[in-house]
Amino acid sequence: MSEGSRERIFSRLHAASRQTSTPDSQPPGLPILEYSRKEKIEKLKTLMEAMRTEVYICSVKNWENNLAEILRQRNVKSLLYAPQTDIGQALENYWENASGQALQLIPYENDIEQFKETVFNVDAGITSAAGAIAETGALILWPSEKEPRLMSIVPSIHIAVLKADTIHNTLLDAMQKENWPERIPTNIVLVSGPSKTADIEMTLAFGVHGPKALIVLILED
Amino acid sequence: MRRYPEKPQKVYYFGTCLVDMMYPEAGMAGIKLIQREGVKVIYPLRQTCCGQPAYNSGFPDEAKTVARKQIELFTENFPIVVPSGSCAGMMRHHYPKLFANDPDSERAINFSKNIYELSEFLVHVLDVKLEDRGDPINVTWHSSCHALREMRTTEDSKLLIRGLKNVNLIELQNETECCGFGGTFAIKQPAISAAMVKDKTDDIRQTGSARFISGDCGCMMNISGALQHDKVQIDGQHLAEFIWERINDNPSTG
Amino acid sequence: MTIHQQVDFDDNVSRALNDSQLIKNTKAAMGTLVAKRKAIFPDETEIEQLRTLGNALKQKALSKLPQLLEQLEEKCIQNGIKVHWAETTSEANHQVLDIMRSHGATSLVKGKSMVSEEMELNAFLQKNGIEALETDLGEFIIQLNHEKPTHIIVPAIHKNKDQISKIFHEKIPNTPYTEDVAELTAIARKILRKKFNEAEIGLSGVNFAVAETGTLCLVENEGNGRMCTTVPGVHIALMGLEKVVEKLEDLPPLLRLLTGSATGQLITTYVNMITTARKQGEKDGPKEVHLIILDNGRSQIFADPDRRQTLQCIRCGTCLSHCPVYNRIGGHAYGYTYPGPIGKILNPQVEGLKAAGVLATASSLCNSCEEVCPVKIQIPDLIRRIRNESYSKDPASTMEGHGYKRNLLETLTWKVWEKINTYPVINAVGLKILSVLGIKLPQIGPLKNWTRYRATPELAPKSLHELVKHHGVDHE
Repeated sequence: MSEGSRERIFSRLHAASRQTSTPDSQPPGLPILEYSRKEKIEKLKTLMEAMRTEVYICSVKNWENNLAEILRQRNVKSLLYAPQTDIGQALENYWENASGQALQLIPYENDIEQFKETVFNVDAGITSAAGAIAETGALILWPSEKEPRLMSIVPSIHIAVLKADTIHNTLLDAMQKENWPERIPTNIVLVSGPSKTADIEMTLAFGVHGPKALIVLILED
Repeated sequence: MRRYPEKPQKVYYFGTCLVDMMYPEAGMAGIKLIQREGVKVIYPLRQTCCGQPAYNSGFPDEAKTVARKQIELFTENFPIVVPSGSCAGMMRHHYPKLFANDPDSERAINFSKNIYELSEFLVHVLDVKLEDRGDPINVTWHSSCHALREMRTTEDSKLLIRGLKNVNLIELQNETECCGFGGTFAIKQPAISAAMVKDKTDDIRQTGSARFISGDCGCMMNISGALQHDKVQIDGQHLAEFIWERINDNPSTG
Repeated sequence: MTIHQQVDFDDNVSRALNDSQLIKNTKAAMGTLVAKRKAIFPDETEIEQLRTLGNALKQKALSKLPQLLEQLEEKCIQNGIKVHWAETTSEANHQVLDIMRSHGATSLVKGKSMVSEEMELNAFLQKNGIEALETDLGEFIIQLNHEKPTHIIVPAIHKNKDQISKIFHEKIPNTPYTEDVAELTAIARKILRKKFNEAEIGLSGVNFAVAETGTLCLVENEGNGRMCTTVPGVHIALMGLEKVVEKLEDLPPLLRLLTGSATGQLITTYVNMITTARKQGEKDGPKEVHLIILDNGRSQIFADPDRRQTLQCIRCGTCLSHCPVYNRIGGHAYGYTYPGPIGKILNPQVEGLKAAGVLATASSLCNSCEEVCPVKIQIPDLIRRIRNESYSKDPASTMEGHGYKRNLLETLTWKVWEKINTYPVINAVGLKILSVLGIKLPQIGPLKNWTRYRATPELAPKSLHELVKHHGVDHE
């Protein structure tokens, strides 16, 4: 049934297309923006905070301390993490050595079909961010086999760890510099804050279906 | 930004059908404002209508027949000044489309390039200097949608008003919203049109102005008509007539 | 063409205009959206350049539409996404049903999709014993109340907080009455979280489909879209065939235009780019992804070089927000799937002129929509085109129902108008007679519509033609 439809649709489109000419040259693209490293961090932080993201600038040497404090303040008891990533390894090391921490590290090791209840009930999930976009204030999430997709959307708190030197000026920059067309994964998500809606009388409400809180740790130096 | 010519020796004047039938003093005031600058005004007597009513109502053939007659009258290559943003917009922006694939296509395009709305002509070509001899007055300004969005002459009109030193221009709160005329829209969707003109008249009333000024007689007919229906004593006046009155001791043009 | 129930537009308009709460809610919300758009695009030159770019990108895509669709299909299939083609909404509905049945599923969770509204998918599935649960908060609210969306972006905006609170309290079991927005949101979150958890099938729309990589791009703020497209084992994506763009790098300007125009945002909370089903070794994401590509009249629209620009629409909804008519009658009055200016041109082309041609009368041609359309669709010109077609008896016309409005009164009226304005002598003489006799515009027939709300305009005693002669103005 679909086959016949496909033929008919394309036959109409092709017939009409014969009368079309390709438009003339493209108009100028988006303005090119170049921020300094410092400006990128500033802009990202400012824009994300305006969308109720919590942004912490941390040192690459001891960001786990910041994380521990954040988790403690928020009374997070269980943290979903990806054991096969650098962050995952760092977390395992840190919490192995940390004492008196009532935190359960939960590795995402099984397929979701065997793991759903856990994912839906964990307090927080932590992922890397593959980069970020300064112009619009968004993280680039690049889920993978090691770091599954649901980690950043199901838990009520999402913590993202971002290296400062992976911040791009614009989305177009990111696409071009990192050659997205050739490397495009199953899923890329740009995230600019905790979930929100204005569907009720245009009043902004946070924490709808996605995470209620987005916490970003920007690793400097 | 439109590029304007040097002050010409002669111009054509396209009065518009509404001005011809219902607001001829406004039309005459526009002519006098141009003549005052030493420019000769030529008014081809066989002109009638730009064709917009039919063009907007689903009758393009009839519109084109009428439009062609207008184009044929304005044979020389000098400016055609129009005291209406709506009609100017029709002739400047829509004639080329109406006459696409027509033997008169080139003529229509040339014609359209010569079209100027009165305000923009007074400001950018004639650079008129106005001395206000009138008493202090509060007025508000309503722009037709086509003066605002097609001809983009609203700021020119307001500049002229602001050039009159005893006139206090109080802007509408919702200046850019349509008054609900839309030609046959007022007849075909009368209730929606009425709702729109009601908001416009409320807006005019809240400015506390004695008068509202407009560059378009369609809008004026619509808004004045609604004000009169509600027995509100605010008059509407065409910009040209208003200016002529203000700069003359004896403003009669009739 | 879809056969929808005949809509009584005049009745709808009448009821809407008398619903002061509706008008109040609508105007307030639209005012906010208009202000937000203005704030996010403060530089006029920049937004004009951006719109020009948006227009160029969509025109480029349309100029290669069949090739891009072929490329999209090829890439999707390579990536493990099943592609289905639906000529009609009925076909598309059955395709969704077949997928449901193949899994023995009796419910699905839905992200917002205007194409699914076009299909009237929910009603169709319900008739077939399947529950389609809306998860976008606005859609969730109106689904509780058995209503259709009123705006492309904010579906429940015709309701104020009190009304929504009442709906929650009355329609959701065990729900206390609350007007606190945070509380209402939390109630919805709790209910829907459970549904996301349990759902086997998730359905979504598509904002842009990238041919270069076979990527489906979706934007959202709430997170329900990601939940619907990532939690369940099956994801069904619905798109109109005009949604394809050529390259990944076409997305940044289009996304900027979409989010800026729709909600006044630099970027939505989430931009979700889906390229494959779950790959070997991945732990989550749907194992099965379907893309249903819907025609429903679009290929016919495409065939007309002037009407084709209708397909540039990126469904931002800003034309609605800026439209003085929409602001006064709200979205439901339009009757068909798409309200507002885009609805005035799209619905008649999809549903046929006889059904939806009346919508084209509901415009004063103020050009507010054209001024803000992110892809520069010349909406007023298309409204005129639809009006023309409504009266046209041209046998070469390709619009279904053309000429349906032809009637003696209007044909004669415009013929007489044409003669009067072509033969100025008739014009002058006629006017003279009328003004001498002091005849005002007759209060008959349709002209009564004028005098109901306004004083009758009067003809001047002397026309401009006469004044000009009197004042010795040159006439050649």
